[in-house]
Amino acid sequence: MTINFKKKNVVKLLLGFGAAAFLTGCVNDQSSKTYENALDIPVSQEMVAELTDPPFVPTPVGKRKAKKLIVDLEIQEREGEMVNGVKYVYWTFGGTVPGSFIRTRVGDEIEFKLKNHPDNKLPHNIDLHAVNGPGGGAESSFVAPGHEKIFSFKTLNPGLYVYHCATAPVGMHIANGMYGLILVEPEGGLEPVDREYYIMQGDFYTEGKYGERGLQAFDMQKAIDEKADYVVFNGHVGAMTGDNALTAKVGETIRLFVGNGGPNLVSSFHVIGEIFDRVHVEGGDLINDNVQTTLIPAGGAAIVEFKVDVPGSFILVDHSIFRAFNKGALAVLNVEGEENEKVFAGEIYEGIYLPEGSVIQSMPSLGKKDDKKEEVKALSFEEKMKFGKDKYMATCVACHQANGQGIEGAFPPLANADYLNADVDRAIDIVLNGKSGEITVNGKKYNSVMTAQALSDEDVANVMTYVYNSWGNNKTDVTPEMVKAVRNR
Amino acid sequence: MKLYHIALFLVCSLLFVKVTAQNDKMAKVKGGVFLPLYGTADQLVKVDPFLMDVYPVTNEEYLKFVKENPKWKKSNVISLFADKSYLNKWENDVTYSGLANAPITSVSWFAAKKYCECQGKRLPTVDEWEFAAMANEDVPDARRIESYNQYILSWYETPKTYVNPIGESYKNYYGIYDLHGLVWEWTQDFNTVLISGESRKDQDKDSNLFCGSAAIGASDLMNYAAFMRYAFRGSMKARYSSQNLGFRCVKDIEE
Repeated sequence: MTINFKKKNVVKLLLGFGAAAFLTGCVNDQSSKTYENALDIPVSQEMVAELTDPPFVPTPVGKRKAKKLIVDLEIQEREGEMVNGVKYVYWTFGGTVPGSFIRTRVGDEIEFKLKNHPDNKLPHNIDLHAVNGPGGGAESSFVAPGHEKIFSFKTLNPGLYVYHCATAPVGMHIANGMYGLILVEPEGGLEPVDREYYIMQGDFYTEGKYGERGLQAFDMQKAIDEKADYVVFNGHVGAMTGDNALTAKVGETIRLFVGNGGPNLVSSFHVIGEIFDRVHVEGGDLINDNVQTTLIPAGGAAIVEFKVDVPGSFILVDHSIFRAFNKGALAVLNVEGEENEKVFAGEIYEGIYLPEGSVIQSMPSLGKKDDKKEEVKALSFEEKMKFGKDKYMATCVACHQANGQGIEGAFPPLANADYLNADVDRAIDIVLNGKSGEITVNGKKYNSVMTAQALSDEDVANVMTYVYNSWGNNKTDVTPEMVKAVRNR
Repeated sequence: MKLYHIALFLVCSLLFVKVTAQNDKMAKVKGGVFLPLYGTADQLVKVDPFLMDVYPVTNEEYLKFVKENPKWKKSNVISLFADKSYLNKWENDVTYSGLANAPITSVSWFAAKKYCECQGKRLPTVDEWEFAAMANEDVPDARRIESYNQYILSWYETPKTYVNPIGESYKNYYGIYDLHGLVWEWTQDFNTVLISGESRKDQDKDSNLFCGSAAIGASDLMNYAAFMRYAFRGSMKARYSSQNLGFRCVKDIEE
């Protein structure tokens, strides 16, 4: 009896130990323990961070534990295209503007390796707003051309943060494109969504005005005066339009990581025809629901989430609206899927384009003769088409779209368009003097406004020749003389 | 840009003479006082008269130097005096890459210093270099002239200028070429004005290092250009080399 009793006790005792050990195991398991202070989160293992070019983002952190995360970023000074025909020397983190997207979770220990390519002319560094420490890492990462620096930090605060170069002259380094985003996800990760994209606004200052051809130098005086020639998403005009437009399917939830590199301008970020269901205000913990336009400061960010309910092209803009239609701050999200008439019944158009009513707006300095710079004239039909396309991509594409298809209900098509092909002088007149009121194009009604365009006779001839000789139109060759005749009518 | 073209046009007519001419030509910089970027608004710096090389040292000239001083050949150089980037584009000890009359780059401060000493010269001080480089074609101090600043800023942004031959930028007031427009240049005391890498802190008025932050306005453009030079110098160490960094020598004027 006694022996048996003892045996039972031993078994109980062992069970007890096992349970205790099991329980302790649970408590030690990081995924179920929350830490008061992010500083105490232990890291296990090493991992090389996945870095992505915009508009894409790395895989979400999900439930992974905090790790030692190796970030390997190369600085490149390289020439790129601002808009068709306009070249610019960008300074970049990872070869793109904005720089590579860095995705971390709270508690990660980041070992940051910053390399300055030997061909680069200047020293650079990096200030990450996600860092708690002097200069955000700027001092520790100051690196000469042809060298590399390594520094490390622990991510303590979840949120979406800007990083940028902070080498003298700071403004110029940022103005040339040296900024990007680093995301610090909370424990367990952000809630999964169907699609995520990376968008960052920036303002650019060039010697020539918007669309002036050739390699354009940075203009310090304009930057100081805060008179931007270009305000763009992801480094250049049209980075996310046409074939590069963002895509989604009806019913999906989209999350946009939106940053603003500046250097000067604050963004009024808006998606035409969508309401943000949730906005992580300023990239932090505060959630605001049902937002139309969210303000993103220079050197700040926001996470916006929305479900797309109907198909169509949704236009992302800085709602400081001249920047969108005249300086490039415009991107497109194409949504495919079934119509939903309950949500959107058609025959409504987004009215943002004519807040002052349907008066024809004209721009100053129309066809001035005292223009100092002599423009480059097209010498052949091929050149005419090329220049015309560049001008189209810089000026017309925002509304009429890359293949002239327009946007139904808002902007009439130019592709295979009966209205266009019927009367060339009328078309020239519309480009020169604008147009408002109802018109019918290919059987569909449009009641919108096109502003008068401040283009030279040469430019108008080029762009219209391009339009008439593309997308199934009637191949009219528009000459500067024809434009002049209409102008002088 | 316009400045560049005018300079180019003037230079072209002289080109034949120049390429064949000996490059050890020096020009006199008559000294004076000036207000550098660092220091406070009333701290004028005096520069004594000196002679400065008209052109930066070229590939060909440097090759001659390493042949005469084998210690400075790529394979022989002591790592204390030059890191791995020293002459890194040279195929071997005696074959440079690029044009004979392109500026030598990817040399350390120690190497540049030695080169000048072997010629009976020395590296310019930061103050001497900055003093000579204030000049445009017409005046000794062009720092407030917009075209001068625009020219400098635009070459700072132009990639790969180190492959160009010497003498294609403008001839300045003293008769010196290429202080702007070609490559950065080593100076004797390049790291005495410390840029810590945290340049916003450096501009703090308390640190008294730069008056730049207090002088927003007309002088801003000129400060921007200078800041980039000081930032570059601050990022270097004496054993470092850089693809965009060359040098030239100066000499005291014997009374």
